[in-house]
Amino acid sequence: MKAISVEEAVAKIPNGATIMVGGFMGVGTPERLLDELVRQKKSELAIIANDAAVPGSGIGKLFDASLVSAITASHIGLNPKVQEQMMAKKIAVTLVPQGTLVERIRCGGCGLGGVLTPTGAGTIVEEGKQRIEINGKHFLLETALRSQFALVHAFLADYLGNLSYALTARNFNPVMAMAADTVIVTAEHIVPVGVIAPDHVVTPAPLVDYLIANR
Amino acid sequence: MDPQTIIAKRVALELRPGNLVNLGIGIPTLVANYVPPGLNVFFQSENGLIGTGPIPEQGMAHPLLTDAGGRPISALPGASTFDSAMSFALIRGGHVDITVLGGLQVDAEGHLANWMIPGKMVPGMGGAMDLVSGAKRVIVAMQHAAKGKSKIVRRCGLPLTSARPVDLIVTDIAVIGFVDGKITLLETAPGVNVAEVMAVTEAELTIPDKVPEMKI
Repeated sequence: MKAISVEEAVAKIPNGATIMVGGFMGVGTPERLLDELVRQKKSELAIIANDAAVPGSGIGKLFDASLVSAITASHIGLNPKVQEQMMAKKIAVTLVPQGTLVERIRCGGCGLGGVLTPTGAGTIVEEGKQRIEINGKHFLLETALRSQFALVHAFLADYLGNLSYALTARNFNPVMAMAADTVIVTAEHIVPVGVIAPDHVVTPAPLVDYLIANR
Repeated sequence: MDPQTIIAKRVALELRPGNLVNLGIGIPTLVANYVPPGLNVFFQSENGLIGTGPIPEQGMAHPLLTDAGGRPISALPGASTFDSAMSFALIRGGHVDITVLGGLQVDAEGHLANWMIPGKMVPGMGGAMDLVSGAKRVIVAMQHAAKGKSKIVRRCGLPLTSARPVDLIVTDIAVIGFVDGKITLLETAPGVNVAEVMAVTEAELTIPDKVPEMKI
């Protein structure tokens, strides 16, 4: 793990990158990284996230600045800008059931090719997917998801990069921290090694590539 | 009593001590207001919490503690938090006893449509498909009709949420279940009679000899 500035970190992300962004309706989202993506005008981004938040908050800021060309998410309904850009065919939207989305990301981070889930079987989610019957029950084969970058927000990060999370700000963050080539982390607090007890580390340090240093 | 209160109060009667319950957005959220004290029900918020409590008082909100709509909530003593993989493992894995969801349509076979209106409204399914596929018991809490049109239909015209049928429908005028696979009128709301329910229901209901009134 290397501690770098937010400007340096975002400079590593090219236009057109695929990026997983942690957070749920803007809670547990690495806001400083998103602000810097907007400042550096990184464009044509392919985002994987639970939702599109709302305008002015979290991932919503990327849509405010029209920097996104594709989003894979479970819910976009609370961001009218995304609905607008989708209807105008400016962005490609792939909707995935939330439990399937997180499992696909988990598979991507765990060396698995995919997962068999009953969710979506017999609905339009099934279109184009392999349906597999096991003991008389129908499952869909949902394939693994990975990305070039994961932008993760933790509550505590120690000097080595061990991470812990707070309350409902955990959500997709630890799962995404496993599933990208480069993992960039912001934290509410950066603390000395040992402050996070081994039992309370959720994301072990070797998974983190860059920690955004305090100003 | 207004329609939403009737629905929420009646659904609350379905909860049992120790149940793990997931409430959807809208009318289902109101169910929490009518849980008798001491029932010890656990409410799950799909964004990673068991033990959701009431909305915090002014100035007491924690920015990292919200419901699935991103609104501030509180956590009760004994609450637990976890990531989204765990949250949906609980949901899909049959650990959630009851899920209460809103609906656009439910049909005679119990199929629910509640996540999109093609060409009009495409918000995404969020957690709804997992909840209906995986919870032990699925309850739909919705108004019986929208703009004079029955939401309980012969066959869903809207895209389904799951192939798995729901267990119970609670509306502002009726409780409807599936007895031996047949869509059946189980109760009527106070002051509503069976003929009135049949008149505003598109699906053909089975009517038992006795249809009691909701005890709300």
